[in-house]
Amino acid sequence: MKPAAFEYCRPDSLAEALALLSEYGDEAAVLAGGLSLGPLLNMRMARPEVVIDINRLADLARIERDGEVLRLGALVRQADVLASAECQDLVPLLVAALGHVGHYQTRDRGTLAGSAAHADPSAEVPLCLKTLAGAVELTSERQVRRVPADDFFQGTLTTARADDEMITALLWPTDRGRQGFAFEEVSERRGDFAIVAAAAWAERHDYDEGYRYGLGLGGVEEWSLVSRGGGRRAPEDLAEFADEVIAGVTEDIEPMRDQRASAAYRRHLADHLGRKVLLRALETALGEVQS
Amino acid sequence: MMRLPPGQRTRVTCTVNGQAHSGFAESRTLLSDFLRHELHLYGTHVGCEHGVCGACTVVLDGRLARSCATLAVQAEGAEITTVEGLAADEGLEPLRQAFSRHGALQCGFCTPGILASASHFLAARPDPTEAEVRDMLSGHLCRCTGYEGMVRAILEVARETTEGANQ
Amino acid sequence: MGDRADSWVGRAVPRLEDAALLTGNARFIDDLSPLPGIRHVALLRSPHPHARILGIDAEAARAMPGVVGVVTGAELREHLNPLASAVRAPMAYYPIAIDKVRYAGEPVALVAAEDRYLAEDAAEAIEVDYQPLDAVVDPLAALATEAPVLHEEAGGNLVHHRQFAYGDPEAAFAEAAEVVRLAWRYPRQSATPMETYGAIAHFEAAPERYTVWSNFQGPFILQPLMARALGIGGNQLRLIAAAHSGGSFGIKQGLYPYLVLLAAASRLLGCPLKWVEDRLEHLSASSSAADRADEIEAAFDGEGHLTGLRFDNLVNVGAYVRAPEPASVYRMHAAANGCYRVRHIAIQNRLVTTNKLPIGLNRGYGGPQFYFGLERAMDLAARRLAIDPAEIRRRNFLAADGFPYEGPAGAIYDSGDYGKGLEMLLEIADYPTLRARRDAARAEGRLFGIGLAAGVEPSGSNMAYVTLAQTPEEREKAGGRSGGVACASVAMDPSGTVTVHLDSTPAGQGHATVAAQIVADALGLRPEQIQVDTAMDTGSGAWSLASGNYSNRFAAIVVGAIAESAGRIAGKLKAVAAELLEVAADDVELAEGRARIAGVPEQGIALGRVAAATHWHPAGLPDGMAPGLYDTALLNPAVLDAPDGADRVASAVTFGFLCDLVALEVERATGRLRIERYASVHDVGRVLNPIVVEGQVRGGFAHGFGAAMFEELAYDQDGNFLSGSFADYLCPTSADLPPLEFANYETASPQNPFGSKGMGDGSSMLTPVVLANAVADALDLDEVELPLSLDRVWRLANPETDGR
Ligand SMILES: Cc1cc2nc3c(=O)[nH]c(=O)nc-3n(C[C@@H](O)[C@H](O)[C@H](O)COP(=O)(O)OP(=O)(O)OC[C@H]3O[C@@H](n4cnc5c(N)ncnc54)[C@H](O)[C@@H]3O)c2cc1C
Ligand code: FES
Ligand code: FES
Repeated sequence: MKPAAFEYCRPDSLAEALALLSEYGDEAAVLAGGLSLGPLLNMRMARPEVVIDINRLADLARIERDGEVLRLGALVRQADVLASAECQDLVPLLVAALGHVGHYQTRDRGTLAGSAAHADPSAEVPLCLKTLAGAVELTSERQVRRVPADDFFQGTLTTARADDEMITALLWPTDRGRQGFAFEEVSERRGDFAIVAAAAWAERHDYDEGYRYGLGLGGVEEWSLVSRGGGRRAPEDLAEFADEVIAGVTEDIEPMRDQRASAAYRRHLADHLGRKVLLRALETALGEVQS
Repeated sequence: MMRLPPGQRTRVTCTVNGQAHSGFAESRTLLSDFLRHELHLYGTHVGCEHGVCGACTVVLDGRLARSCATLAVQAEGAEITTVEGLAADEGLEPLRQAFSRHGALQCGFCTPGILASASHFLAARPDPTEAEVRDMLSGHLCRCTGYEGMVRAILEVARETTEGANQ
Repeated sequence: MGDRADSWVGRAVPRLEDAALLTGNARFIDDLSPLPGIRHVALLRSPHPHARILGIDAEAARAMPGVVGVVTGAELREHLNPLASAVRAPMAYYPIAIDKVRYAGEPVALVAAEDRYLAEDAAEAIEVDYQPLDAVVDPLAALATEAPVLHEEAGGNLVHHRQFAYGDPEAAFAEAAEVVRLAWRYPRQSATPMETYGAIAHFEAAPERYTVWSNFQGPFILQPLMARALGIGGNQLRLIAAAHSGGSFGIKQGLYPYLVLLAAASRLLGCPLKWVEDRLEHLSASSSAADRADEIEAAFDGEGHLTGLRFDNLVNVGAYVRAPEPASVYRMHAAANGCYRVRHIAIQNRLVTTNKLPIGLNRGYGGPQFYFGLERAMDLAARRLAIDPAEIRRRNFLAADGFPYEGPAGAIYDSGDYGKGLEMLLEIADYPTLRARRDAARAEGRLFGIGLAAGVEPSGSNMAYVTLAQTPEEREKAGGRSGGVACASVAMDPSGTVTVHLDSTPAGQGHATVAAQIVADALGLRPEQIQVDTAMDTGSGAWSLASGNYSNRFAAIVVGAIAESAGRIAGKLKAVAAELLEVAADDVELAEGRARIAGVPEQGIALGRVAAATHWHPAGLPDGMAPGLYDTALLNPAVLDAPDGADRVASAVTFGFLCDLVALEVERATGRLRIERYASVHDVGRVLNPIVVEGQVRGGFAHGFGAAMFEELAYDQDGNFLSGSFADYLCPTSADLPPLEFANYETASPQNPFGSKGMGDGSSMLTPVVLANAVADALDLDEVELPLSLDRVWRLANPETDGR
């Protein structure tokens, strides 16, 4: 099981990488952690003409705060985020989810941007990015643009990235106010891609008593199902409110079915896990309002 | 920028187990194949070439890498540690002995990758819980042992080391 | 022997194998390069489950740089005879497809090139013109008249059918107070050793012979079969097994057709060839256990005594019957009464071909499938008769004072005390408390279940049991068959150090360590002073048809051969030393590296000097004594007789016993099983090395747990293979396995000098059914199938859901 032949390029600058992308377009594959791309090459399911190894572009490995946004460069590894106190503080939902991404070993090299670019429907990073209303920074020789996660993920292994674009960073809105979050997934074994994953956050603003929440469900359909909203006054009955949100999200869904799980099971898990995480997030953020 | 067209071979130079090594690779040569068949370091094993089983795990510039999902050319200038390098590390002798005592290996095919992970893990987390050890080991498949011996061995060594350090 | 307080045997001697394995010094097949000029092979495999090959165009591939050659089935057929099996249905099995492919993954062409990368490039360039045919993968569907037929010459897919009756099963069922009946599907699974197949084949024209290095594990009954396929004499095919093998669990038996393929191709291409299977090849086309569609009926009297059994086994053998199949259906046959006293048994065995990969040896070898029926039936009967599941088993166990016991189908149970094992199990698992917890949980509406299972582990196979596939008349015509010979050689060289050769091709089971313990005891040495060579070589060492690593034969039989050989060396050393010390041989003991006078330990001489005398000074030896210290023992357990005219056979030498208990809760909302407690008690006879025994139990448990929970080699309805990676074929990880509480006790086997029994398969046989029993108990169900995947258990726990 060996890769087909390709040209290997190791740019020393982002500009060089982008030039290659603009020259080869969809004949090129960006190589980050290699944990998804490597096996695909070995199985000859990916057959790029050119492999662009971005691992030497040290600038892309930065974790930076930019106002209300946490910017995670394309070479930030999953383990880096797990080890970062700043990330724990600013994006606790992501940190909770990353513990479910693969294994200790794969997280040591696997990047967040690679996971976003790969866009597996069950992957945790895309789910969190979308649930948190984050964005993807795409850079090409033509432009730098920020695409909201809502628009970026378009289906199984399909994104809004143009062939000459590279993901240079994932942009994470940092939670403010009093916040609650919860992440849960069901997978056959620990470290497997989820059958269904559920992420939720909620926050309450001290200045006006208003609240916001987000709920995302991964693995159900080809892209994460997300509901976000908020209001001026926290709902009276959180459980009832959670039921309404779930009903809204899961209405009319057509869950995937595969060797692992039936559509009925996915539908049920979406409902069950969604309610669980949303309620937990709401209770942490808004709990006091009730009492 | 380094560019290597398909089908061409280049010399890859890296430090493996503290020693300078070099050998030839094509752009598509897997690091696992390079280590084994070019550098003749057969201690690194290949169990799947899908990035899943962990048998091929090595330490590459301080991070764990599935060498089957890494290209040899990526290792240019890198520092790599394989099981042969770990073998020369006296500090890991207690871990090896604990593996043997607790029946942490049978056929031993999975063992080199597990030793790479375990040593990397213990350096980062000298006093782990059992759940953490099990979580770390879940990145490796072993079909012989049921993992129990590995968990015991790693916890025992961690405990002895931290107790030793606290005295 | 082996029970002296100071003996090495029985002690937790750390394994001698470990040092090399822990430091990267152990050499496996893919690490070997035994001769220059080796070319690397990639196999082009069929993407179709069933298709006619209309043509193969390999011109482009042959012309590619670095390519040495391409060989197709049509070319190889000229040089090969079909591989035979005990099943006589007319169908030819070649190691490569000739004019038709019959499973997705079947080899279609072989490419040799300078390296594997180039070989794979060339394989892609071969154009095969396929005419796809309808496929069938389900064993019941394959029996239907309109089903696609795999082997037209066989006239259908049913390629083997035999019925057996022992005692009077008709009467037992007619008189029964209660009959339980179960029908189920057992999934297709594979032990997937971490090291895949690998081989290097080398043909020499003059003299004409083949040498093949590989991680083949035997049984070496397949060696003459390979030679016949190559059309040569046995001594023209030399098989060398690498000293280290990365696990096998039976699976590496299925390597032999590839050895034939490589050998023949090496001849055609004129160079040595190396092939290392990749994981996709391994999962799709190496070997696996059979999936089955089985039924069982069990008759009981009003007190829960099991009075009759009927087995209806429908075995999906895959595309071909590959020897030693149909052994997997006959492995448990002679012991079809399990650990119970039942005397009336009917068995129907049907083998059906389908478009799946051919089956072969796999850990437990027919045991998991057998016990799934029997032990589900015992639990079901307990429920129906309102008898505690432990009690119903207790009532039916063979009596502890009744050994040796001849089972109705011919198994001769060597020793045991099953009741004792069960009591230990109930005690360590704290059964009363678990039952109370179950009551409490149920009162709260939770789904809590307890499962139990018990069984024997037949070990050390009679090579003749597979001939039950033939009628007594056919067997008569074919000539007698029996036995399970073990070989071991012990040599002491002129410097007084010892080397042992084994025929057991271990793959991680610690044979070298245990052999060293045995020899150390016999010769008064320390285990680490003994070199044990496990790299088997049919061209230089002693071997037999039974040689190899399967059916736990090491601790059942091989240990006896080692002891016999070491004993003869010891005897000779004593005789020579007696002359030198001027005492009677009986007064000499071997201890601490010396031959010394018993009772006068300071009077003695170093073993090295005694050894030197036999090598350097033959003339000085006692009259008639042969020079040197080299001995080979070939040993056949007397109990392994030929099958009789009533189809009874002593199929195995030793019968270990085990019983398992699991308590678990089913999470209704997710279908997840929360294992509260898992306990397992084993009688493996005398324990030779506790580290090895515990390792085998825990490993077998992990295999059984994976088989129960996750593992399935899945195909879709059309025969496409769906489990091509370890992300699809799910093996348990360290985070999945629950703690196993393990205990053992010993009833010594009379079958070898140590009292040990074969072991290693037991847990893999019982863990699947005990988990199924617990889930059935938790959900109050009769029908439960494997694997207990989340989706399946969730659907069982929530029957009101539409399930789609
Ligand atoms: C055993 C195992 C278990 C796993 N389990 C999970 C899991 O549970 N959940 C999960 O989400 N993932 C899982 N993964 C995959 C995860 O580990 C990968 O890290 C991740 O999906 C890809 O990250 P990477 O950096 O390795 O990307 P690569 O493999 O290098 O690249 C992946 C894809 O993204 C493209 N790409 C990478 N970076 C960029 C960029 N900056 N711009 C544009 N395109 C880019 C590549 O061309 C390629 O197509 C698992 C992997 C393994 C081997
Ligand atoms: S061989 Fe690399 S992960 Fe299995
Ligand atoms: S020891 Fe054999 S696979 Fe782990």
